[in-house]
Amino acid sequence: MWDHEIRSMASSHAIVAASVFMATVVPAVLVPGFSVYGTHLLWLYSVSAAVTGVSVAVSWLLGLTPPTKKHTLGYKLSRLFRSCLYFFLSCLFFHVVLVLYGAPLIESAVETFSLAVLLTSLTSLRCLCVLGPNVQAWIRVFSRHGAMSIWDTCLQITVACTLVGAWLGAFPIPLDWDRPWQVWPVSCSLGAMIGYLTGLVVAPAWIHYHRKQLTYKSK
Amino acid sequence: MKVRSSVLASFILIFEVIGVALFLRGFFPVPVKSSLSSKSKLSDLPAEPVTGRAPNGSRLPQPLFKRVVIMLVDALREDFVFGPSGRIFMPYTRHVVERGSSHSFVAKARPPTVTMPRIKALTTGSIPGFIDVVMNLNSPALLEDNLIWQAKTAGKRIVFYGDDTWVRLFPKHFMEYDGTTSFFVSDYTEVDNNVTRHLDSTLKRDDWDILILHYLGLDHIGHISGPHSSLIQPKLLEMDDILKKIHGALISKEAEGSLPYLLVLCGDHGMSETGSHGGSSEPEVNTPLVLISPAFRRKVGMMKPGVVEQVDLTATLALGLGLPISQNNVGHVIPDVLEETTLRDQLRFLHLNGHQLSCLLKDSMANYEKDAGFEQFRVAEKAHGNWMKLYLEGNTSEVLTNMGKKVLKQYLEALAAMSSALSKQLGKYDMYSMVAGMILCSVCVCVLKLLLVLLLAMPEALSGAAAVDLPVLPALASLPFYLLCLLLASVRVLVCTSAQSSCYLCSLPGGLTVCLFVCLSVCLSVSVQHNSKGYGQILMKFTGFSPLKSSSSEWSLSELDVLLLAGTIGHTLSLASSSFVEEEHQIWYFLLNTLCLAVFQDVCRKYFREQRRSGDDDEPILPSKASHPSAHPKAEICSEKWLALATPPFTLVCCRLLRSLNQTGVQWAHLPDVGHWLNSSEHKTVLSLLAAFCLVLIYVLVQRRCSWVSKIALALGLLGVYSYRAAVGNVLFPWQHSGQNMSKGTVEARFVYVFVLGILFTGTKDLLRSQIITADAKLKSRGLWEIYSGLVLLVSLLFRAHNLPVLCGCLLIQTLMAQFIWKKLHYDAAQTTIMHYWFGQAFFYFQGNSNNIATIDISVGFIGLESYIEAPAIFLTALSTYAGPLLWACHLVCYLSSDTDRSPVAVGHGCYCLALLRSVPAAAYIVLVTVLRYHLFIWSVFSPKLLYESMHLLLTAGVCLFFNTMEQSHSSS
Repeated sequence: MWDHEIRSMASSHAIVAASVFMATVVPAVLVPGFSVYGTHLLWLYSVSAAVTGVSVAVSWLLGLTPPTKKHTLGYKLSRLFRSCLYFFLSCLFFHVVLVLYGAPLIESAVETFSLAVLLTSLTSLRCLCVLGPNVQAWIRVFSRHGAMSIWDTCLQITVACTLVGAWLGAFPIPLDWDRPWQVWPVSCSLGAMIGYLTGLVVAPAWIHYHRKQLTYKSK
Repeated sequence: MKVRSSVLASFILIFEVIGVALFLRGFFPVPVKSSLSSKSKLSDLPAEPVTGRAPNGSRLPQPLFKRVVIMLVDALREDFVFGPSGRIFMPYTRHVVERGSSHSFVAKARPPTVTMPRIKALTTGSIPGFIDVVMNLNSPALLEDNLIWQAKTAGKRIVFYGDDTWVRLFPKHFMEYDGTTSFFVSDYTEVDNNVTRHLDSTLKRDDWDILILHYLGLDHIGHISGPHSSLIQPKLLEMDDILKKIHGALISKEAEGSLPYLLVLCGDHGMSETGSHGGSSEPEVNTPLVLISPAFRRKVGMMKPGVVEQVDLTATLALGLGLPISQNNVGHVIPDVLEETTLRDQLRFLHLNGHQLSCLLKDSMANYEKDAGFEQFRVAEKAHGNWMKLYLEGNTSEVLTNMGKKVLKQYLEALAAMSSALSKQLGKYDMYSMVAGMILCSVCVCVLKLLLVLLLAMPEALSGAAAVDLPVLPALASLPFYLLCLLLASVRVLVCTSAQSSCYLCSLPGGLTVCLFVCLSVCLSVSVQHNSKGYGQILMKFTGFSPLKSSSSEWSLSELDVLLLAGTIGHTLSLASSSFVEEEHQIWYFLLNTLCLAVFQDVCRKYFREQRRSGDDDEPILPSKASHPSAHPKAEICSEKWLALATPPFTLVCCRLLRSLNQTGVQWAHLPDVGHWLNSSEHKTVLSLLAAFCLVLIYVLVQRRCSWVSKIALALGLLGVYSYRAAVGNVLFPWQHSGQNMSKGTVEARFVYVFVLGILFTGTKDLLRSQIITADAKLKSRGLWEIYSGLVLLVSLLFRAHNLPVLCGCLLIQTLMAQFIWKKLHYDAAQTTIMHYWFGQAFFYFQGNSNNIATIDISVGFIGLESYIEAPAIFLTALSTYAGPLLWACHLVCYLSSDTDRSPVAVGHGCYCLALLRSVPAAAYIVLVTVLRYHLFIWSVFSPKLLYESMHLLLTAGVCLFFNTMEQSHSSS
């Protein structure tokens, strides 16, 4: 059963990674003068949109979201609304954290917010897909020994990788090399992206090699 | 021999300080100075060499110029005049450069490209070393032989307008002067108008010989908005107009028959692409040098300006005015200036310059005779004598002219060679001392690390008395000890007897060196013995033979531990990069933020998870709804929980606000910050309100744990601080009008000092009483806190008014963290120490410091003093510079020793961790600097940081000794 799940996880990750690749390549063909550094915000939003769309679609197809108790349209709508709200709140949260880390408050607010959107679509969105708009479940997953399925573990790994990637991405900024990728927020978003892709690869592999040791408490 | 771990740590730190001092002695080159203490005189000048005839007296050629106007524009970059935009920026100057009778050069300034060392270089002709700059931060009068002194002695009348650094360097040298302070960087019109307003009347008069103008506006514009700002062009046009005016006035004054004038336009240093200076990048180093005089040949078109050294101007001016060249000058005369004089005079000028350089070479080099330049000079001098003989015999043939030209060429080569040999002398390292210091430091760090290993390996071995068994006696008797002594002695003999060594250690008396060697060998052999023992312990532990295994818990690191470890290691590694050294504050802010977030996560985990576990139903519920038996504790726990949860975000916000208070570093230093905004005169009311609020908050936060006597003293002291700031003119009393009677505030400052001493005295008294009479832990912690509050009061006096929020934030964060985080989350001594250290580092930069010498606030040294007195000034400056780290370290002592539920070893562990945290980067940095000693930025970036590191190490050694006394009393009570 586990092998099956790991395989489906790996394939879904491959699809997401492919979508990231497409979101970089397709605009390069369609939009003249597109480059990852030059028109960074465009790349950033295209990747965010692609990851968002594909993740939602994949999780819906795999049926990952926890089964809802009620099946009324109103409940589903309110769930959708709450998901959107959480998405937006998470963007705001990331924005605030970035400003606390020293991003300029007013000057490049658009860039900062775009990075927040990217981080949200790479981290919070996956949580929304897997766990639904449920704060308690989020707290449970992100506390120690809180994972209850391999999807939770996978979530922990990808989120941690993404955030560490973005964190490490900030280090080249003070260097005086004057490269185009040192401009705020290019290095951070590239770091986050690389971290995310690493997470997508590492998570199934890690789970595969530790499947004997992994035991999950059921509810 | 049993030694407590904190005592050991302090001793090792002291050893490391000695090691660093030794290293510094070897690292910073001794400036090239003439051994003669007197200044060169006209009568000392050598005679003109003539072969086969007695010297015919020291005939000096006639001076070239009668009047000299030096127009020095601060931060005038080479491309502002010679670059493609020069035609727009300075049209008249460009015209003169291209068509007029002028010479233009690119003068290379030597780093540090800061105004004062540049002025010194221009007037003395020497190259002020880095250490020279540090030693003369307070800018006393220049005592070295210099051009201005020579001119004054020769009876020249000098007029000066501009930067008051000149007035401080040359007191009583100027016939007339008006100094302008460059204190308010935001002002760029007034400083220049202040100079220009004297110009018209001065130019009309005839009673001066040398006029020096130093314009500061351009530099200020650079600092505000960089070299590409729109303010640059109008400023340069203004400078151009002034040059035109002076030139016109000089032309109109020129009389037939008398000597011509000389107008010099130069910059003291350039301006980097961000508008700052101090480093050694091309735009900072290259300055224009334009010499305008009717004595020169007219130009026919733009030629590429030649490259000269900035110090070459000194020799040229001295010879041009008929003055002796100052003794320590390393520059050589610019030959183009001399080209219109007779061949005899030219040779004579070059001979004078060469003689001065060769004298300096004799004084500064042991084997000067082997120097190529010196030999060339001897040959040229001989040829000069032969030429003179023929010349005086009345020979005027073509052959003679050719021969003279050959001598001239020989002279020029010799001058260039000697000049470069002297400059090279400035960049020489004393490797022996450096390596000795480095080894001492590394050994210290190794011992500390080994001790850490021991601590980890046998926690309960240290828990009782926290003592380490040091096998000093056996080490003294062991074979490795003697072998090491022998080895070191032989190395010393080898190094000191080798031919070309001029090192400091060799000049030390033998006894001292022997002591040093013995200590070093003891350290080494002890560490070797410890090594085997420590690793034996660890080996036992891991192989499971040790009985300790059952008791020791598993080695699992939390996220926080990983962060603390990675941050410490990462910071140490980042010291290898010059940009990271320049922007070190960014690293600390970044790490501190991450630390706060990690702590926040810990807090969340504690409060959310624990509550959930206590609730017995499976359904996850909001923790606030969790049922508790009684109502009263519930409310208390709830409020405590929310306060604990709010502390890390509050700290984050606080740090973000403090960060925008002072922009430091290099890349973003030019950005506007809150500090500048507060300091501008129209926001004085805001600053006053802020300062008053901060002082009240400081009182509220500090007085909690003081006795009532200290409470009153503290309140009065803080009032005194405010009135001091009001007296100095930084803040306002509500009944006071702005701009009213400014004074030095000496009385107010002394009033505060009295209370500081009073509080410190009360604290010490309490401490002593708790130690001797009653073993009262409460009394002791109160005494400690009183000492701490005395320090806070002193710092609040020393900090500038806009920096008071830093102090406030420091106290606020300390209080909140101690109350809700460190105690409640049971962080151990090591974790708490590392957090304190990180906070201390970040606060060091919050108060506006950087790794550049220029940010040290020297005015602190004058608070409460009528005049400059060295010892208190240095002490106060050091205290205010390192206030952040010091306050956090002191808080650590207070916190660790006042916490009664901690094990008694906590203080020792804290001290030990602090020592390790400080000495690892210091030792690593010393090794790095040795490796990078030929790096381009070694003088501008790495050496200031080296000084900061060593000063910090010294300070930490002091704090560790304080720790020691605390621990001693802890164990005795």
